[in-house]
Amino acid sequence: MIRVERRLQQPRWLTFAVPVGSVVVAFGLMTLVLLATHHAPGHTFRRLFDSGFVGRQALNATFISATPLIFTGLCAAVAFRMQLFNIGGEGQLYMGAITGAAAGIALGQHSGWLSVPAMIAAGAAGGAAFALIPALLRAFLSTNEIITSLMLNYVGALVINYLIFDSQSYWRDTSSPTAKVFPQGKPLPDAASWPISHLGGLVLPFGLLLGVLTAAIVWLLYTRTRFGFEVQVIGDSPRAATYAGMRTRRKILAVMALSGAIAGIGGASQDGDIRHTLDPRGLTAAGYGYAGIVIAALARYNPFAVCLVAFLLGGLQNAGYTLQGVDFPSGLVGVMQGLILFSALGGELLIRYRVRFARPAHRAEVAA
Amino acid sequence: MPAAVTLRGITKRFPGVVANDGVDFEAAEGEVHALLGENGAGKSTLSNILTGLYRPDEGEIEIAGKAVSFHSPRDALDAGICMVHQHFRLVAPFTVAENVILGDQRGEGRKFVVHPRAIERRVADLGERYRIAVDPRARIWQLSLGEQQRVEILKALYREARVLILDEPTAVLTPQEADSLFETLRVMADEGRTIIFISHKLHEVKAVSDRVTVLRAGKTVATVATADATQQSLAELMVGREIAAAQRAERTTEPGEPVLEVDNLWAAGDRGSETLRGVSLRVGAGEILAIAGVAGNGQRELAETVTGMRRATRGTISVGGRRLGGGDAREAIHAGVAHVPEDRLHTGVAPSLSIASNVVLKSYRGGDLARGPLLRLRTIRELAARLIQRYDVRGGGPDLPARQLSGGNLQKVVLAREFEGEPRVLVVASPTRGLDVSAIETVHGYLRDAATAGVGILLISEDLDEIRSLADRVAVMYEGAIVGEVDPDRASVAEIGLLMAGGSAA
Repeated sequence: MIRVERRLQQPRWLTFAVPVGSVVVAFGLMTLVLLATHHAPGHTFRRLFDSGFVGRQALNATFISATPLIFTGLCAAVAFRMQLFNIGGEGQLYMGAITGAAAGIALGQHSGWLSVPAMIAAGAAGGAAFALIPALLRAFLSTNEIITSLMLNYVGALVINYLIFDSQSYWRDTSSPTAKVFPQGKPLPDAASWPISHLGGLVLPFGLLLGVLTAAIVWLLYTRTRFGFEVQVIGDSPRAATYAGMRTRRKILAVMALSGAIAGIGGASQDGDIRHTLDPRGLTAAGYGYAGIVIAALARYNPFAVCLVAFLLGGLQNAGYTLQGVDFPSGLVGVMQGLILFSALGGELLIRYRVRFARPAHRAEVAA
Repeated sequence: MPAAVTLRGITKRFPGVVANDGVDFEAAEGEVHALLGENGAGKSTLSNILTGLYRPDEGEIEIAGKAVSFHSPRDALDAGICMVHQHFRLVAPFTVAENVILGDQRGEGRKFVVHPRAIERRVADLGERYRIAVDPRARIWQLSLGEQQRVEILKALYREARVLILDEPTAVLTPQEADSLFETLRVMADEGRTIIFISHKLHEVKAVSDRVTVLRAGKTVATVATADATQQSLAELMVGREIAAAQRAERTTEPGEPVLEVDNLWAAGDRGSETLRGVSLRVGAGEILAIAGVAGNGQRELAETVTGMRRATRGTISVGGRRLGGGDAREAIHAGVAHVPEDRLHTGVAPSLSIASNVVLKSYRGGDLARGPLLRLRTIRELAARLIQRYDVRGGGPDLPARQLSGGNLQKVVLAREFEGEPRVLVVASPTRGLDVSAIETVHGYLRDAATAGVGILLISEDLDEIRSLADRVAVMYEGAIVGEVDPDRASVAEIGLLMAGGSAA
């Protein structure tokens, strides 16, 4: 008989043992899958690791994959800290990409010193504005923000697709005859390309540095300021917050706006760092916003841990692209990524609960 | 009489605490057995072991002479052990009958399609037989707390429980309701059932039980026949030292200028209906005005409205002669209204945050605790360390999460914070509920000191002993209004009890 019991306390060693154990379990399961599909497990793992984390090329690609994940991870973590479940990072990222691209196109003839900050500000504003919709509904009408923010993701996807595919919008490229037949976004001017830093052969996108900086700011905000103190209290006990005279409504608006702004900057970074155009297809296919929720959960809402988890997950994604080929179907790559995530999240359960293998209880006879 | 429940050498350890340390306990069939002890003495742990919620680290459990080992509450239920918790386990939108069969796996509750009529009849029969009648079709949220408790007992009777454990069952009852509960328990015991009555109120233990087992610091101190014990002797067993009988401190000063004036205050409860219906009162500086009443008669709404957590629908509140706009806790705090709330764990503190954070829950905004938007964490920690020392908070330093404190120490943290704000008015709700005797003494001491220092105290309590030992005046609330005011030195418990139940003063 198997029983799952809640742990009364969480031993410290478990927080280290469980993630390690999860990885071992994940690789065990993957070995089975690989053997069943006639692939050499050792070789595959090696390639997986190499193409994610070893060598300049792999690391550079991983940095690019990790950048949006840092933003969406922080977006989720910032809101979850206050028990505000913003599932709308996906849509907020689209909005940031739209407003960021608009700023880039509009200010592209000026220097990067103007256009890049303007894109960041515009992206943040777009994401924040979109996040304020569920925030206002929650603060004034007590509407469940999980549902509203989730539904707005679909609205966001429709808007971004409409701008390029179904309209002659400001963002759409209409300069050449081919572009009229095959809709695509206007290329951003060069001045709207975000700068790249080099570090001993590694190429660091500006968005990555900005993401880590954002994590540091979030950490400071949440541990050192009055604002963060109020967020902690409200997240822990809304009644205690009311009791202490805190303005819960304003804080809901502020935190959701902050959360949306961070996702929005992530969207702008997609325009400026990587895609250099508003790219609805690429953005909607990637699912950065949803991945961010998983990252925030795995990082336990700690902003620095978000960066680390985003990096690992980015590497895994990136390795997946390299691995797939004629002899290695992309479905199998998906299975492997799924197994790792599944084990990691399943391991979380073991930190909070314990599984007991016991014989059926010796039951007492009821005296009739 | 054969033993219905025997516990031998039960030990249960939690990190840093031995909650039960080799506890022996035996309750016979057909007896009401009181389990007496201060908070933290291990009563709750023991009952959780007996109901299968915890597993003991060591020791044996025997039910009706057979060794058992419970792996879940289900096993304990199957062995005929039911518990009435302090906080009821009822589903509010369901009817009484539905709650009774909920989780029942023997008869009607097991079926996919439920026939409510048969259950309702059975519940009505049981109610009549044991004199705890409740309309089986009523929904739980429509019932008073006293009636909800009856539903819990009916649940146990419906399941044919052989052993019924009640955890401080009288906290939500008037003295008269408590007496009628005791009669019901007596009838159940006379049928051969075993009643385990957990309490720290000595007069109740004296009134209802056949035998008493006293726990102290996780150990069994003694099991005595109730008839051979006095309240004094039980108290000494419980505390482990001689204690002075509660005494009313003589008040030498006359109350000063009114610091709190409430005029014709109305407010809506959580369900929207008006539960506070035209309360007027004044509290002078240095005066303790007690509000007595059965829980749920508008006391919570009164406390919350005065402290700004709830908006009044009508009426005015003035503090020190200045009228408050109302509905704003921050405004009330600035006006000098301190508040020790009823639910100290989830309202009085943010339970997962540190003691230091909770000490500055109201004062973090300014003074020397913050510089602009930044908190001065070191100053905050120092303040917390100072208050921990001054108020003798035991259990951990400034960084300990508040939830890990015992009830008494948690209350000290709340009081420390509230007094630190130098209030003019203190609204205190059930300040000693669930605290042990020594913590009660401490808390009462702090309240008396505050009154002596000129704070006007509005004390809301269901504990008549507490009211009589602290209050200068007692107002009784019933159905949202003050139905009478009595002198605590002259009025008898029966008189106050009658007012609490809606009767008029003689």
